[in-house]
Amino acid sequence: MHNILVKVCMGTGGIAAGGDEVLAAFNKEIAEAGITASVEKKCSTHQVGCRGLCAKDVLVDVIINDRKVTYQHVRPEMVSRIVKEHILENVPVAELVAGDDYHNFHDKQFKVVLSDCGSIDPEDIDAYIAVEGYTSAQKVLGSMSPEETTDLIKRSGLRGRGGAGFPTGTKWEIAGKQVSDRKYIICNADEGDPGAFMDRSVIEGNPHAVIEGMIIGAYAIGAYKGYVYIRAEYPLAVERLRKALDDARRRNFLGKSIMGSGFDFDILVKLGAGAFVCGEETALIASIEGQRGMPRAKPPFPVYQGLWGKPTVINNVETLANVSYIVRKGAEWFASFGTEKSKGTKVFALTGKIKNSGLIEVPMGIPLRQIIYDIGGGIEGDRQFKAVQTGGPSGGCIPADLLDTPVDFESLAKVGSIVGSGGMVVLDETDCMVNIAKFFLEFTRGESCGKCVPCRIGTKRLLEILERITKGEGRPGDIELLENMSVDIKMASLCGLGQTAPNPVLSTIKYFRHEYEAHINDKKCPAGVCRDLLTYMVLPDACKGCGACLRACPAKAITGEKKKPHAIDPSVCIKCGACFDVCKFKAVKKE
Amino acid sequence: MVTLKINNIEAVVPEGTTVLEAARKAGIYIPALCQHPKLTPFGGCRLCLVEIKGMPRPVTSCTTPAAEGMEVATTSPVIERLRRTVLELILSDHPNDCMVCEQAGSCTLQELAYEYGIRENRFEGERRKYARKDGNPFIERDLEKCIMCGRCVKICDEVQGVEAIEFGYRGFDAKICTPFEEDLDCEFCGQCVSVCPTGALTGKLWSKKGRQLGVREVDSTCPYCGTGCMLTYHVKDNEIVRVTSKEDGLNEGLLCVKGRFAYKYVNSPDRLRKPLIKKDGVFVETSWDDALDLIADKLKEVKAEHGPDAIAGLSSARCTNEENYAFQKFIRAAIGTNNVDHCARL
Repeated sequence: MHNILVKVCMGTGGIAAGGDEVLAAFNKEIAEAGITASVEKKCSTHQVGCRGLCAKDVLVDVIINDRKVTYQHVRPEMVSRIVKEHILENVPVAELVAGDDYHNFHDKQFKVVLSDCGSIDPEDIDAYIAVEGYTSAQKVLGSMSPEETTDLIKRSGLRGRGGAGFPTGTKWEIAGKQVSDRKYIICNADEGDPGAFMDRSVIEGNPHAVIEGMIIGAYAIGAYKGYVYIRAEYPLAVERLRKALDDARRRNFLGKSIMGSGFDFDILVKLGAGAFVCGEETALIASIEGQRGMPRAKPPFPVYQGLWGKPTVINNVETLANVSYIVRKGAEWFASFGTEKSKGTKVFALTGKIKNSGLIEVPMGIPLRQIIYDIGGGIEGDRQFKAVQTGGPSGGCIPADLLDTPVDFESLAKVGSIVGSGGMVVLDETDCMVNIAKFFLEFTRGESCGKCVPCRIGTKRLLEILERITKGEGRPGDIELLENMSVDIKMASLCGLGQTAPNPVLSTIKYFRHEYEAHINDKKCPAGVCRDLLTYMVLPDACKGCGACLRACPAKAITGEKKKPHAIDPSVCIKCGACFDVCKFKAVKKE
Repeated sequence: MVTLKINNIEAVVPEGTTVLEAARKAGIYIPALCQHPKLTPFGGCRLCLVEIKGMPRPVTSCTTPAAEGMEVATTSPVIERLRRTVLELILSDHPNDCMVCEQAGSCTLQELAYEYGIRENRFEGERRKYARKDGNPFIERDLEKCIMCGRCVKICDEVQGVEAIEFGYRGFDAKICTPFEEDLDCEFCGQCVSVCPTGALTGKLWSKKGRQLGVREVDSTCPYCGTGCMLTYHVKDNEIVRVTSKEDGLNEGLLCVKGRFAYKYVNSPDRLRKPLIKKDGVFVETSWDDALDLIADKLKEVKAEHGPDAIAGLSSARCTNEENYAFQKFIRAAIGTNNVDHCARL
């Protein structure tokens, strides 16, 4: 008897790469081969959530009697071969099997939150129950007091994964002690950092883990109702979450007297309307209440006065997804990973100029170098590493000589960045740091709500100065002005958005001041990115006179006879770089 | 009651008092643009930042409740630097045309710029430009001068209960919007105008009529209805050029569209100044004595011929309670009928 299982990645990344077509192809081929009807072979196919290495999608696991083979870059037309050779004849198709990159990417990770993501069907509640799902909620509701539950989370050392790293147990404890007729728990799924997709993947891959975490949290603080505030831009996550909630209600994991415990709790889904600032907890509350998403001053903190003025706990998706595993495996087990002050693991979205970009989960305290070179496989094209940007628009850039910095809340703060929600963008020698700062300021300037002056006008002025510098119109004193106003904006702004928006500016000035100076004083962009500061020229000794650049130039700025060195007229050149890209002899110089 | 120390001065205030209110009670000045005693705290202008012992960063005193044992410093080199930066940022996105601004002299922003001596500004750049003018008859909305303090939105919502305006757009593009950004169409009570700390909201009727020089302020009572709102006429060359209302009056500075904007009748040539009696089909000016005599004669005549119930009295909402009382007494006792009513019932 052969037990055959085919798992196709159907996260947003997997579907974008054609996962649904691949799954359909498997179903069709398997039916045509008559496998399901045969007595010796029992075969099932199902979708799974994000497996992390989206760059290799569509990823497919074929598991025959617990022997797993992973295929990468699977296209529908490859499926019939996999079915014929592997499923029917038990000979894996060697050239389609995922290589070392895939295994190196996974081997150095340690998965808690993502442990069931990418292996179970997110739309099947039984699949979650089969991996001990909802046993934690059952244990808590059946045999633990709210205080014991809070104490367990406190002992685990779990800290908020949304960015600020506030101890989750302490937050629950304060909310639990509030006397109120109503309390709320909110799951913050308004993930908005550019390039971040941690929370999305968790909800798409294992929505029940988040729901179970919310049930446990609600019980600990005494909430009768919960909300998941999720971006409308995550349609798949919303759909799977809604299905999971329906299924959980049907099984009495939500609703009246959950699992006969006498504890009532239900969860509503609230869609965000596309404002980054609504990830800030007081703005998020305003948004749920039907107000414009603008933050308000704290104190009072939401644990005292939150939604509708009632005590409210707001936890991030990843934080809540940790909870059921902590209950199941123990606080001590969770606290055994990570550093003294940052326990457990953290999920990161590893992107940028890195070979293996994707979703990773690592123990807190792992050095940046290991993430970038061991898991990420190093820099794309083996170019020179320049910096890694962590924490999204609120974070900072960490340079090469600090690559051994451990990734935890305290260490990253010490070097002028943050863990944040988990964005990690790798930059190489072809990235201009002034331009990177400009990119993030463009984002925060556009996403500022406009309520407070330092953020509303300050981010605009910061951006204008950065734009000026990248255009070659920087002035002496600009760097000092940027530094001074950044410090003031951070201190004077109302909410976390404004208080952190200048971080990309400050950290790039701190570690790459010479790049700013080159832009301002020498009118040069050392990385060759800022177009207004570039000059393209032909090196006469290297030019073979092939005419490729001449034909590629859209502005007709290049002249020259065949087999004689060509020349670029700088007054006509529009600096598009077409000549540079097309030249096979490296005869076009850009500086 | 909670006891706190502000600049080393002890203050005892009721629970729930903000640090800003506590400071003001103790006679300590803290600058602010968005805070207003009638409105819930906003915390947007960031000028009222103070340092509180034990707090990691400066906090806005308008949003922070006073707490027992709190130690507050309302000024420090850092706080003053931050306030200056905030003011420079605001002014970098402001027309700064005080020379021709209707609000010059009674503008809080102008006063703060003066106080902080902001002659030079480190910041420069794009300024918001809005070409479209609001076509409503009463309120000039110059959104380029708006500093987004939110007072107008809040007073319209929290005090007037009308919600005619709201914040729209984001960040630097944020502005105060009417529904669908059409012309303002509200009650035109002008409460928003009265709380605007800059020249963003002014009365259209005031335009170019005079600001402070040569303008006298005359406190009076609104003649329009029995409420008796206190108002202040701004008079130049014996003409009313603006109406405001002081916050310590019984109406707490609030007015309606009539009190605030309908003052042109005072100097109107059509205004009745003496009683008129129609003689031979033409109205002729007469004295009050003659007019009242004529009315008395006519009333007596009707009463004698048709009885008291042939007469009815209808009094005006512009009369005070006392006047209305006297009027119904006159109709009931002197005329002898219960046919008396009041236009405010309609």
